[in-house]
Amino acid sequence: MVISRVVVRAARLVNKSPIFNQITTNSSLQTVRLISTSRCNLAERFYTDKHEWVQVEGKIGVIGISQYAQEALGDVVYAQLPDVDTQLKQKDECGALESVKAASELFSPVSGRVIEKNTEVEDSPSLINTSCYEKGWLFKVELTNKKEISALMNEAQYTEFLKSDHH
Amino acid sequence: MLSSKLANLGKTVFVRFFATEAAKPAATSLYNFHVEKGGKIVNFGGFLLPVQYSDQGIANSHLYTRKNASLFDVSHMLQTEITGPDGVQYLEKLCTADVQGLKEGSAVLTVFTNEKGGILDDLIITKIDSNHLYIVSNAARKEHDQQLLLKALEKYKQTNKSSQLKIRFFDPKERSLLALQGPKAAEVLQKLTDVDLSKLYFMTSVPCSVAGVTACRITRCGYTGEDGFEISVPAFKTGDVANELLNGGVTKLAGLGARDSLRLEAGLCLYGNDITAETTPVEAGLTWLVAKRRREVKDFPGADIIVKQIKEGVSRKRIGLVSSSGPPARHDAAIFNEDGSQQIGIVTSGCPGPSLGKNVAMGYVPTEFSKVGAKLNLKIREKLYEAVVTKMPFVKANYYTKPK
Repeated sequence: MVISRVVVRAARLVNKSPIFNQITTNSSLQTVRLISTSRCNLAERFYTDKHEWVQVEGKIGVIGISQYAQEALGDVVYAQLPDVDTQLKQKDECGALESVKAASELFSPVSGRVIEKNTEVEDSPSLINTSCYEKGWLFKVELTNKKEISALMNEAQYTEFLKSDHH
Repeated sequence: MLSSKLANLGKTVFVRFFATEAAKPAATSLYNFHVEKGGKIVNFGGFLLPVQYSDQGIANSHLYTRKNASLFDVSHMLQTEITGPDGVQYLEKLCTADVQGLKEGSAVLTVFTNEKGGILDDLIITKIDSNHLYIVSNAARKEHDQQLLLKALEKYKQTNKSSQLKIRFFDPKERSLLALQGPKAAEVLQKLTDVDLSKLYFMTSVPCSVAGVTACRITRCGYTGEDGFEISVPAFKTGDVANELLNGGVTKLAGLGARDSLRLEAGLCLYGNDITAETTPVEAGLTWLVAKRRREVKDFPGADIIVKQIKEGVSRKRIGLVSSSGPPARHDAAIFNEDGSQQIGIVTSGCPGPSLGKNVAMGYVPTEFSKVGAKLNLKIREKLYEAVVTKMPFVKANYYTKPK
């Protein structure tokens, strides 16, 4: 099912002019800011040292990659996401993002069952670049152990982590 | 996820460099220029070079090169000069080209080979005149090539005691190398030089001044499949020349990322990945690099094996693969047969092809699986994806060749 979509994706990539790209990037960044400020009181994002984030509301964790990660990766041209009902353990390899230059594995920041994957991202992987915290989320997990969150970094810790050389 | 990405990057392109080269990275003379222009700097084979620039992503930079013109800093490559009347005789002992038959002002792609017929590096030799040869070879093989040339020189002088042959390796601090690539490259460069570029055909070379800088050399060649030039420049003037080439807004800067995807679509080999000491020119589909006269005389390293392979065929071959669905295969991905029951080979390079809109890869398979149109499978993260053996280049080459 992933298969038939790829050609469309590649065609989009080809048609994208740099200027158009710039405009979409700017406008969606603004949207991101608005939405994330209004939301950050509700659910905080937690980060792994491999640059995935998870935002937990109730039992459900939404997972994506950080701004730093999407910048380092460059234009994402293919997203391989875990299928619904996959049981994941924290740190399990569960998919990959591909840019022109490299493949980058995804690791689950939490344990649980995959309840949804972002099919819009599968169709338009560039959403990961333009909106990594909102439209570019990757998959949702029903958490089996909420305590795992304590092993992750909050926003401030992650910002500090990025300043260090260890990532 | 990032750490693994960087590891992968190493796996695909850079790993062999690290294995052989010194740890401390060197800067080319354009390092500050790259940083100022938004270059995202990486350590590539011991050189600090931009993988891309902030104005556009790799895919857009790739597409821009195929439509317009891009400027790449390739000063990390090894530039070598051989002077003396017996330079041709000496150099032919190491490579498969007919350097003797090469016209003055012409260049040829060739390979250094070992006694087993394996490829030690690929390089371009320009015959400036019968006393003067100019070589450009891979940065990743810099130390290796220097040792190879120097040892061969020592040996040569033992049997040719009166030889005055001299070899000079240019440090990137002395001479830079710029690659101007794309269909608009000639239009851009023509404004900056007195040489009539309409008469400078693919694989020919001329000394000249560029943008008022004397002692430059332009060779019409490249690593993208497009028309273009490699311009050797005195290092202290490189920034001036680069700025002039960008002036007017037709040319954009491009980095190693686009360089790799462009050369892959063009079906061009990357040493260390697609050709190594373990692959012969015949297996690599580079039989055309073994000149007719050299096959007859059989006087290059590994000649017996290579000539035998040309006559009798080889058991494995480098092939091109295209997949229109699924993720791109990368270096080391397994190639399976059509029904997916058996691994038959391995991918040596692969990426999404921005111009093609499909994934492209190169790899080696047993000859019986190498027929164009054959269906094979690629294993990527434990899943199989269909791919078709495809003639290379994947994208039509656009060289400025001499009319026949």
